[in-house]
Amino acid sequence: MTIFTIFISAAIINNYVLVQFLGICPFVGVSKKLSSSFSMGLATTFVMTMAAAVTWLIYYFILVPFNLQFLQIVSFILVIASLVQLVEMFIKKMSKPLYDALGIFLPLITTNCAIMGVALFLVMKEYSFIESIIFGFSAGVGFTLAIVLMAGIREELEIADVPEYFKGAPITMIVAGCMALAFMGFAGLI
Amino acid sequence: MAKKKISLLKEFTKGLWDENPVLVMLLGLCPTLAVTSSAINGLAMGLAVLFTLTASSTIISSVRKIIPKEVRIPTFIIVIATFVTITDKSMAAFQPILHKSLGAFIPLIVVNCVILGRQEAFASKNNVGRSIVDALGMSVGFTITLTVLGAIRELLGAGTIFSLQLMPDSFVPWMVMILPPGAFITLGLMIGATNWINARRER
Repeated sequence: MTIFTIFISAAIINNYVLVQFLGICPFVGVSKKLSSSFSMGLATTFVMTMAAAVTWLIYYFILVPFNLQFLQIVSFILVIASLVQLVEMFIKKMSKPLYDALGIFLPLITTNCAIMGVALFLVMKEYSFIESIIFGFSAGVGFTLAIVLMAGIREELEIADVPEYFKGAPITMIVAGCMALAFMGFAGLI
Repeated sequence: MAKKKISLLKEFTKGLWDENPVLVMLLGLCPTLAVTSSAINGLAMGLAVLFTLTASSTIISSVRKIIPKEVRIPTFIIVIATFVTITDKSMAAFQPILHKSLGAFIPLIVVNCVILGRQEAFASKNNVGRSIVDALGMSVGFTITLTVLGAIRELLGAGTIFSLQLMPDSFVPWMVMILPPGAFITLGLMIGATNWINARRER
């Protein structure tokens, strides 16, 4: 598979949020404002790319040689949790403005199932190291795309006349449904 | 723990409606949306969560006093991941077809916020008995919601429930219901309906 195919497939056709249902929690929780949703997308993309690289190395250089594949889930979640911590400390030291912009969203990324999903899928699809990194990065781009689009729509929804009981989460879900419908149009692109 | 004593029954039933993890607390939405293309998948996912949540709550609440506060989250995650591995491997062994149709979502239970949420909010503060009851209530609520969502989508999308033909032959299945958009829209309507019922009950 070429790198370009992986990118289009992970970012748009199999969009993590709208087609594969991964990372719904931040998608609903952090999509109230355009600016914060963009930061969330950036942070997630960053961690996803790092996580793809590290979990690939762990899987093929530690788990496979020692025949420990059954420890996949436990080791991946530990790697992701510590990676998020590391990234948080690194960003804090290197770039204070970026750290402030990401704020609370950084630690929350640990429980984003899209990251774990990337780690599990790259093993399932038997990607090479480079392909895995591209895959992680493009999944993050797809996530950013979805959450930013959603935030844009929700800012407009603020002033729309939504029935009382459908304000907040229900209408977000229904809008997401319409977006998923639109994204289905990309199926068969490759 | 000396807050207010709620009866065990209340502890169980709060997960079914008042604090329903999916419809009210909006936790664990990823598996909820992804696997409910049929009622049986929803039920299977619910039962997998039931086992994992109850087992983790039992362990966490029994060792809650010896876990240092700073490392409680990693501890919870390791305990949960262990039980998820057990669930994953036994499902692959005993129900290979079901395991295949749920795909990556069994291993992904480990990041399901319902489970981590209950450990943090309940099991780490209450004794074993209450934690088990709480975990059972929450996961039964979760299972029922997933099964209902799966049943609605299966009925409209394929005309069946648990693979039993219910709609007349003349019914044209709404393909969109078993595809991703159907999941979002059905769940949105269900959450809206829950809000409406709760608002009416208060009146």
